[in-house]
Amino acid sequence: MRQIKHGKLGGCSDSCCLKLEDVSVRLDGDDILKQVSFHLHCGEITALIGPNGAGKSTLFKSILGQMPHGGMITFSPAGGPAIRLSDGAVVGGQRPLVGYVPQSPVFDRGDPVSVLDFFTAATSKWPVCLPVPKRYRDKAAACLARVHGEELLDRPMGALSGGQLQRVLLALALEPVPHILILDEPLSGVDIEGEHQLLEMLDELRTQYDLSIFLSTHDFATLEQYADKVILLNKQVLKAGAPEEVLASPEFYETFHLKMGKGGGQK
Amino acid sequence: MNLWYALVDLLPFEWAQSGSMYFMKNALLAVLVISPLFGILSTMVVHSRMSFFSDALGHSAFTGMAIGALCGFNEPTWAAVIFALVFALLFNLVRRRTAMASDTVIGVFSSTAVALGIFLSTLNGRSFTKFNNLLIGDILSVEPAKIGLLALILLLVLALWGMSFNQLMLSAVHPALADSRGVKVFWQETVFSMAIAVVVTVSMTWVGLLVINSLLVLPAASARNLARNMWQYHILSLLAATCAGVAGLMTSYYIGSSAGAAITLYLAGWFLITFLLRKKG
Repeated sequence: MRQIKHGKLGGCSDSCCLKLEDVSVRLDGDDILKQVSFHLHCGEITALIGPNGAGKSTLFKSILGQMPHGGMITFSPAGGPAIRLSDGAVVGGQRPLVGYVPQSPVFDRGDPVSVLDFFTAATSKWPVCLPVPKRYRDKAAACLARVHGEELLDRPMGALSGGQLQRVLLALALEPVPHILILDEPLSGVDIEGEHQLLEMLDELRTQYDLSIFLSTHDFATLEQYADKVILLNKQVLKAGAPEEVLASPEFYETFHLKMGKGGGQK
Repeated sequence: MNLWYALVDLLPFEWAQSGSMYFMKNALLAVLVISPLFGILSTMVVHSRMSFFSDALGHSAFTGMAIGALCGFNEPTWAAVIFALVFALLFNLVRRRTAMASDTVIGVFSSTAVALGIFLSTLNGRSFTKFNNLLIGDILSVEPAKIGLLALILLLVLALWGMSFNQLMLSAVHPALADSRGVKVFWQETVFSMAIAVVVTVSMTWVGLLVINSLLVLPAASARNLARNMWQYHILSLLAATCAGVAGLMTSYYIGSSAGAAITLYLAGWFLITFLLRKKG
């Protein structure tokens, strides 16, 4: 895979920026997230890593506004004023759109939901229990074309492979084109070929739309190839920085119970 | 109704002759309203895995009847509708606030409702037998006013489908994804379960408590075997429910068995056929 680094790490004065400051979540007396702070810039791919139960999904839910949390999450468009996400307090300007690609949704093989049904249901008011008119069909096809998935339109959702399903969900998250794209473990259940395609596509998208991409993963081997920044989370941010920096850090080895030294890239 | 009677008079059956057998003509019209209603609701009951829930609602409807009868209402159905609505709302609230699997929550609610119903209806040594007709149901006892009510409910369900089917489907597929696209998942689920509550309760008297859930499961379950998209799914479910409804009523007329049971048996037969023909892959 070619090097696809963006190299815009550091200041956020001239680019749009999602800021998390001291974000904390407590559930039933347990700390799920403790004072999580970091910035996401547009045009960057940031990978979130951490053991199971580290609070990755909770962090995503906080950004999506589905989880009450302490601290502040704000979004500043390039050169514009900040917008608080948690309570929707829009301080001048427009609330950012967050595209969300959820972790492996459940579709039974026999579910009578075609990709077209699913897409139209999520993006239009046309009730998909009726035949879908051509204009919605064309729109869905155009959206799927962004992820090179036009041929999937009439396939049942349950018959898609892991990689195809991720592409459909990605196409959905891109309609309308968001400011921030969140992907919850997009690489799990996807084979090597599919993974390669997906990462190429993400790179294509961030340059095309200048959006910031935030994804969680357990696959450390490919991190250095696509991620601009890696955040190691285990209830709190243990380490954040360039992939090679995080992967070589003592915090990384300790978190995943690896022995120091080369050779242990994978959990 | 006169228009309907005039229409039915054109049919070549002995009961369709003009001036008599109004109960049968009423029943046919009622079936033509009830079956599409169940056919449509069935699609989402099956799709969102709520068949156990709708079964529990049937039980709660009976309890509502018992409460209504205890309070001395002439029309215990209304008490039952209110009870079923409260049941549906409480169930959704509890399910949202607990990490328990929803079939466990349903089990808790269902058994409580049944116990309460039996307890109330047998209070002071009363006999349970007056509730027997609820268990079996009698479509021939339906009155024109009630058919009007059922038709109104059918229109409301169609309106609900037109307005919020998409949100309902997304909520069933992936609540978090639906939420990220602005769907109020809790209210979608609650409104849908309340719709089931009303339909089950109102039609229980004619369909019968014991078989009512099969009408909410079998049409879509058989459609699911064949359909590849939502439109086919709906059309097949609707057709199965309506055809089985009419066939079941005819059968029960000529051999004198319960119509609800006959309809269910037709649907079960159709399910078997679709299962054998089911789409592969």
